[in-house]
Amino acid sequence: MTSRLRSAASVAASVPITLFGLVLVTFLIGRVMPIDPVIAIVGDHAAPDVIAETRAELGLDEPLPMQFVIYVGKLLQGDLGRSVMTSHTVAHDIGQFFPATIELATVAIIIAMLIGVPLGVLAAVRQGSFTDRAIRVFCLAGHSVPIFLLAMLSLLIFYAKLGWAPGTGRIDVAFDGLIDPVTGFLTVDALIAGDWDAFRDAVAHLVQPAGVLAYFSMAYIARMTRAFMLDALAGEYVITARAKGLSSARVIWRHAFGNIAVRLITVLTLTYASLLEGAVVTETVFSWPGLGQYLTVSLLNADMNAVLGATLVVGMIYLALNLMADMLYRLLDPRVA
Amino acid sequence: MTAVVIDNLSIAFPTARGISHAVRGVSLTIGTEKLGIVGESGSGKSLTARSILRLLPASAQVTADRLSFDGIDVLRASEAEMRAIRGKRAGLILQDPKYSLNPVMTAGAQIAEAWRTHRKGSRRAALQAAEHLLEQVQIRDPQRVAGAYPHELSGGMGQRVMIAMMLAPDPELLIADEPTSALDATVQAEILRLMEDLVSRRGMGLILISHDLPLVSHFCDRVAVMYAGRVVEELRAADLRRAGHAYTRGLLDCLPTLSDPKVRLNVMTRDPAWLT
Repeated sequence: MTSRLRSAASVAASVPITLFGLVLVTFLIGRVMPIDPVIAIVGDHAAPDVIAETRAELGLDEPLPMQFVIYVGKLLQGDLGRSVMTSHTVAHDIGQFFPATIELATVAIIIAMLIGVPLGVLAAVRQGSFTDRAIRVFCLAGHSVPIFLLAMLSLLIFYAKLGWAPGTGRIDVAFDGLIDPVTGFLTVDALIAGDWDAFRDAVAHLVQPAGVLAYFSMAYIARMTRAFMLDALAGEYVITARAKGLSSARVIWRHAFGNIAVRLITVLTLTYASLLEGAVVTETVFSWPGLGQYLTVSLLNADMNAVLGATLVVGMIYLALNLMADMLYRLLDPRVA
Repeated sequence: MTAVVIDNLSIAFPTARGISHAVRGVSLTIGTEKLGIVGESGSGKSLTARSILRLLPASAQVTADRLSFDGIDVLRASEAEMRAIRGKRAGLILQDPKYSLNPVMTAGAQIAEAWRTHRKGSRRAALQAAEHLLEQVQIRDPQRVAGAYPHELSGGMGQRVMIAMMLAPDPELLIADEPTSALDATVQAEILRLMEDLVSRRGMGLILISHDLPLVSHFCDRVAVMYAGRVVEELRAADLRRAGHAYTRGLLDCLPTLSDPKVRLNVMTRDPAWLT
């Protein structure tokens, strides 16, 4: 056990290096972009002395290495700069927008997992049958249809035609601003406030974008589960388990699935990470005020502090989840010493 | 007494180039005795043995005039009836414990699972039984081995765990499919002696599958020699020297002996007539 902890610790030790690389790359992207942050603030027609003054104020007249040192120094204090667009600090903005994305991604990954894993197992157990083929086609569709198309089709069918789902946004305007933001997750906050109508409305708004994202991720999860399970079911230990007289449910879930569970955790974690960073399109179609939308709007407005801040946060989340997957793998799989 | 009756068993697999006949009309009966099934790779010996437990690949097409375990028709039995035979009445030991033990379960948990599947008892009782079984397969430190994962055990240890697991529900028949092929020569003998000892003491039947003719004849009462999906010869182990079939004699002739060393080993010439 101690050797396992040590190996997990060695993974953790690599984090600062990766983190430094992430910061450096983000910083450089911000500097090589053909966007002048000064112009973005003062406008095209500002007087030259105003431009020079603002440039000095932002520290942009320093040499590049010095700028990087200043940037890192501010980062360490949690200062991501100020957004031109919202005139709040970027850190504050991210605190506002990110919970919406986390809420969406979390619900999506839970749906995707609860459907994708059993489907993948079923397809593997019934390999070559009609069930298997049906599941594979269903998953192929989820993975190959572009997500914006899926999102718009879903809006067209369930909102416009059938009227089953509410439209875009996180909650109906009637409830807007009525719920005290405690956690930032609207559904949870509505529960805390004890407002059942708001809760129902928030959930109803969540179902569609989460469903679209879930379908996309579910397809990948089911495919990986199927592939892992086929591999596991071909193992000799499965014959041993059957020869012991175990029920097929126990052979499949305890023995075959037990062998792939750790690998699946990695897949699920990375899928979750990609949902957190990659819900841009879905958030745009559903006007979901999350980090993806914040990033897109900032980019279109040349709001570089906001873009860099959001990119950095996404990168750190990805890094953290990757690290978690790696640690879990080392802690849970007895074969990794 | 338990008897396995196999009468005119055929096993075929559909392939891209038509149907491949792996076993072609095998008939055998096994009682409380030690039967060895010998043959080269692909002769159908493993498939024949596994068909008794109905543990063949799903694509296998099995037909037989009779295939029964203690009067139970294996071909027509329900899955639940088969589960009552598997493990409980007949155990199966596979070749390489590196692959045949579940890599993410401890040895103790795997043995305890076999015990609990067929006997009433608590988790604790099952683990105690597992340690007791590990003692019976002559493991000196049963507690440590019970808590170890398969990759932490040597091949010989792994095979002892496998034997303990298959003996846990006290079966009447043990099928050992090349149980020592993956082991070192010195460990091979130990494992075989252990198996023979346990089988005799418990009054069990044993089917020992191997490609090693002298080894099998040493440990078994009777030997069936298989070639290309058929039993070409069946004889008492003691009579092996008087084998009638050219294939059996050819196999024996290929072996080097200490008393009669050869510069070049004999190579068997195969007679196409053996196939028919």
